[in-house]
Amino acid sequence: MIVFLLVTLALIVSLFFNTLGAVSLYRFPDVYTRLHGATKCTTFGTIFIVAAVLVYSIGRMGGEPRFRVLFVHSIFALMVLLITNATGAHALARASHRSGLLPVGAVVDRLEERRNGGEAL
Amino acid sequence: MTIHVIWFAAALMGVLAFSVLGRLISGPTVADRAVALDTLNTYVLGLMLLLAVACDSVVMVDVGIVYASLSFVGTMFIARHIEGEV
Amino acid sequence: MFIFVASLLTYLLLVWSGDAIPLGEVLIGLLLAGVVTLAFKAWHPDRQLSRRGLDPRRWVNFVVYLFGPFAAGLAKANIDVAIRVITGKIRPGIVKVSPGLKSDLARTVLANSITLTPGTLTVDIDDAGGYYIHWLYVEDEDPSEEQLYGSFAKWARRLAE
Repeated sequence: MIVFLLVTLALIVSLFFNTLGAVSLYRFPDVYTRLHGATKCTTFGTIFIVAAVLVYSIGRMGGEPRFRVLFVHSIFALMVLLITNATGAHALARASHRSGLLPVGAVVDRLEERRNGGEAL
Repeated sequence: MTIHVIWFAAALMGVLAFSVLGRLISGPTVADRAVALDTLNTYVLGLMLLLAVACDSVVMVDVGIVYASLSFVGTMFIARHIEGEV
Repeated sequence: MFIFVASLLTYLLLVWSGDAIPLGEVLIGLLLAGVVTLAFKAWHPDRQLSRRGLDPRRWVNFVVYLFGPFAAGLAKANIDVAIRVITGKIRPGIVKVSPGLKSDLARTVLANSITLTPGTLTVDIDDAGGYYIHWLYVEDEDPSEEQLYGSFAKWARRLAE
């Protein structure tokens, strides 16, 4: 019963944040702000999906050894996701700024000022 | 009973993965499409984890790990392409 | 040496099937980890294979960082971004901050931490170690380090330099 409650709670939180990630793709005006929503909200949502899987596998761990494997491999998938999502977002932001895509409605842009100052990056 | 909740959440994740397609098709620039693709990949990884539990097959999690790594490589290449190096 | 141990542990974790690991798998893991280490040496001949990465105190520190300040920052960031997505109140901009980190690993740890925490996203790094950060709600055009990411720079320095 407690496994059921914890899994349901984690899945509700994860679906909430994943939905916000999808909403932010349509709501925000340019690439950089969309990256905020798309990276942070979906990563946080997937952390809670992994938490639900971990709770479920702990609940069934007494019987069969493959639930221990499920536990370890889910943690591994989470680590891969944390590293690759942040790095991918950084690469996309850098590439779009270098290709000349400026942030919409920005109040300050130090990177553009530096490039206009004539310094090579 | 827990399994039913997990199936339901997996169905909702599938709907979310479809909902990203609008930005993937209509995105004004290549970078917007790349962001939408990155989001789609994260959703598919979450979906794979949920289906691994629901279908009771642990090997699906390994497929998810490989999928995440390969999607990362794809994102990096698209970023390189936007920068104009490939 | 860190890359050898990391590849060996990754391989063993992925082939582990709930019971004891057979000796053959350990031998294959050792062989593959050796190949990866040799490839690393071939691609980066000037990098030294040091034993510093194996110090258990660094690993304990890293786990403390991951579950303490980093997890707190992540939760706070997501609630902040969630409110901004719902209300649509944004004031974006790219600001510069110079934490003055030297090693590549420390810079990577800090950049990834910044990307995953409150309303900030690393866009570029110059050679002097200055970070260009896209901020979702600019409070100050020349912010201090505290405002942007709290104590992460101190942690990155302790972990990786």
